[in-house]
Amino acid sequence: MASVIEIKNLVKDYRLGEVPVHVLKNISFEIERGDFVSIMGPSGSGKSTLMNILGCLDKPTSGAYMLDGISVGNLDRDQLAEIRNKKIGFVFQQFNLLARTSAAENVELPLMYTDTPARDRHERAQKALLEVGLAGREEHQPSQLSGGQQQRVAIARSLVNDPSIILADEPTGALDSRIGIEIMAIFQKLNREQGITMIVVTHDPDIAAYSNRSIHFKDGRLQLDERLAQPRDARKDLEALPAEEPEEIVPS
Amino acid sequence: MNKIVASIRIAFRALKVNRMRSALTMLGIIIGVAAVIAMVGVGAGATARIQDQIQSIGSNLIIVLPGSISSNGVRLGSGAVASLTQDDAKAIAAECPSVALTAPTVRGGVQVVYGNNNWATTVQGVTPDYMTIRDYTMLSGQFFTTQDVDAAAKMAVLGETVAQNLFGDSDPTGQVVIVKNVPFTVAGVLTPKGQSPTGQDQDDVILLPISTATQKVLGANKANAQAVSQLMVQAISPEAMDQAIQEMEELLRERHRILPGLEDDFTIRNLTEVFAAQETSAQVMSILLGAIASVSLIVGGIGIMNIMLVSVTERTREIGLRQAVGAKTRDILMQFLVEAVTLSLLGGIVGIVVGLTASMLISYFANWSTLVSPLSILLAFVFSALVGVFFGYYPARKAAFLDPIEALRYE
Repeated sequence: MASVIEIKNLVKDYRLGEVPVHVLKNISFEIERGDFVSIMGPSGSGKSTLMNILGCLDKPTSGAYMLDGISVGNLDRDQLAEIRNKKIGFVFQQFNLLARTSAAENVELPLMYTDTPARDRHERAQKALLEVGLAGREEHQPSQLSGGQQQRVAIARSLVNDPSIILADEPTGALDSRIGIEIMAIFQKLNREQGITMIVVTHDPDIAAYSNRSIHFKDGRLQLDERLAQPRDARKDLEALPAEEPEEIVPS
Repeated sequence: MNKIVASIRIAFRALKVNRMRSALTMLGIIIGVAAVIAMVGVGAGATARIQDQIQSIGSNLIIVLPGSISSNGVRLGSGAVASLTQDDAKAIAAECPSVALTAPTVRGGVQVVYGNNNWATTVQGVTPDYMTIRDYTMLSGQFFTTQDVDAAAKMAVLGETVAQNLFGDSDPTGQVVIVKNVPFTVAGVLTPKGQSPTGQDQDDVILLPISTATQKVLGANKANAQAVSQLMVQAISPEAMDQAIQEMEELLRERHRILPGLEDDFTIRNLTEVFAAQETSAQVMSILLGAIASVSLIVGGIGIMNIMLVSVTERTREIGLRQAVGAKTRDILMQFLVEAVTLSLLGGIVGIVVGLTASMLISYFANWSTLVSPLSILLAFVFSALVGVFFGYYPARKAAFLDPIEALRYE
């Protein structure tokens, strides 16, 4: 399989006053298309910085980063915005949905910055919401949805542009464990059925256990890169859990 | 296009979230635009009133007065010497190509009597051309004719003020009034003209044929029976005024046998020029009022900038998210600029309505004439949009150049 992400000798320094801080120290790795990778490490390990660079929100100090065959290192602000728009789907810990805006419109947001006609935007948003199991909730606003549902809307938003990779930064951090597993089940489904490359940043080994490959960082260096022989299946885990009353739905 | 419509929708939604805040911000623009509209309206009304008054004295008007001359070292005042005659008037009309009409007049103060009523007024001895030059129309009756002038007919035309004071509301036409013990038949009444630009009542006058006035009422000038108080001259067009003045000056110097190097024995005044100065001062006042009102518009604009800066700070995370999903610098800039312009344009529209209402109230209660032109409304509209762009640009730029990482992390 071809690599969707190639990172070579990546270095990121920050300057705090006079003292340069080396956050990422000469990192190289590749991620294959269709893989499900978790990135782990304690806080301060540089995983957030790596995440920002992978997400084209930040530029490396030196080294090469190829995303889907495009060298991202020397692009300017607006070119990076376009790469994010076309190639990357983001899922955040805090969902980051627009308040007072319907689920459908939240999902359409990335398409607003393309030339997609309104009708196509609506159709694609509808399809993405169906994908995450939120059909029928298009007109709900974030305040009328539970945390898990909000995160599903966010996942639908990350899907809507047919990205090369989905980057999820602590996607289950603000949710209880059962809902967290539900989210992982959606990720696994998207990964298996649609072949979308998933990259999940987490500090929780239970969450990392659902990925195919786990990359560990410590002090700005790649510490461990292991392929999981037997990733857990989130759907099976959910079935095994004692039945719980269905997620409360706030009426609209 | 698609994006602009979307931006406007987003802007309306964002403004609706903070209704009170948006309304108060708009209030600044509303007051500014309303003040500009009302003040410029007042100024334009004053200018229009002066223009009306200038129109009322007649168009393209030049006045020739008998001048001051020196006689044996003693200088005599303007009009002291009967240097201007009815023949001069005829000569000017005949020989100056830039002159359309001339009207010689003699004038004096008289007491007019009708029955038990009497009224002190100004008598003007004129020819029928006077009516054309001064742009008079008749309220009732007829003006006297050239034949009446030649025959020194005892006919009089009354100004409205005189007619009112002698006859009240009844029509004086055909009645007989007594001026200096001479009975005059009233031929008609002039349509009122109101005040002159210098504040005189132009309707407080009685017009007689010039021949009758000199012979029967005012008494002929001893030095020259043909002498007139002044000549009113109408040029053929506004552009020909200067040419007409020059032609008259040459002709009169020749007729009066004034040697080169000596002073004129007459004075020529371009009336339009005199009153144009008044008009200019009214326009200056109008501009001044508008400028003062514009200051409040600028203050309103600063209010918009203030609120937009607050809004950008509040929505830092939203901006970060939009950047993350692909909004370019220009997209964010447009979004906040559209929001600021929407705010200022809405304020502008409401301000125009308030300004129109205010100027109507001013003209109704204060009895000032106001004039709000469509141009000033358009200008106010465009200006308020510009205020939005100008004061919205800095906050929008600030939003557009936020660092997406920090914006996303902002609490």
